[in-house]
Amino acid sequence: MSVPVLRLGDVLIASIQAALTDRDLLQLRDDLSDQVGRFRARGVIVDVTALDVLDSSAIRTVRDLAHTTRLRGARTVVVGIQPEVAFAMVQLGLTLEGVATALDLDEGLALLRQEDA
Amino acid sequence: MTGHLSEPLRACLPVREELDIVLARTCARELARRGGFPDAATEAAATAISEVARNIIVHAGMGEILLEVVKERGRRELVVLACDRGPGIPDLDRAMLDGYSTAGGLGLGLSSARRLMDEFHVVSRVGKGTVVTMKKWAA
Repeated sequence: MSVPVLRLGDVLIASIQAALTDRDLLQLRDDLSDQVGRFRARGVIVDVTALDVLDSSAIRTVRDLAHTTRLRGARTVVVGIQPEVAFAMVQLGLTLEGVATALDLDEGLALLRQEDA
Repeated sequence: MTGHLSEPLRACLPVREELDIVLARTCARELARRGGFPDAATEAAATAISEVARNIIVHAGMGEILLEVVKERGRRELVVLACDRGPGIPDLDRAMLDGYSTAGGLGLGLSSARRLMDEFHVVSRVGKGTVVTMKKWAA
């Protein structure tokens, strides 16, 4: 299942719609890295609201995604981590350190605009 | 003796490809929901099942996961059995350490699953396979 990526000015918004396989998430990482260059994006928002689980593999891929787009010149904000998912991540001891997060899409966009100013 | 719920909440799931990891955790979530588990316990169990299912794919290629909600000592538990006939784990103590991996991963699979569950037990025989048994309590 591929993840739709929308463009809003110089921000790319990847809105995950359902549970993803490991491969789907790796594909998203590669697609976003490519699209940051193609669309000269400055920011990326990954909305994980509908993602069922953030296990060790998914967390690693999301972290890699954020670091890859950073190296391509765009800031990534992960939004929509659900309370029970956050709780499981803390139990796992994996907390996406070094990756910006925000409550939802609105807050994520606000954070990117703030950093632009 | 294990008293079963009025409706049997159990499933036996093959694990052969990546998509089966998603199906196993989706099924676990549904069983836990029907068993009246709180959201946090359900999410922890689904995440742990994702880890052990991936371990099956990565290390053994295929295996199966059995899930059942049982009532034990008046408490509801989600019991998970993850079995494979893969190469087995030669050094179980090391495999349970964070960051130890023989497959080039993060090496977090087993230790992550243990952290997320209330009970966790591994039996492994080199050349025969591995059985992970774990439980999540409803409260």
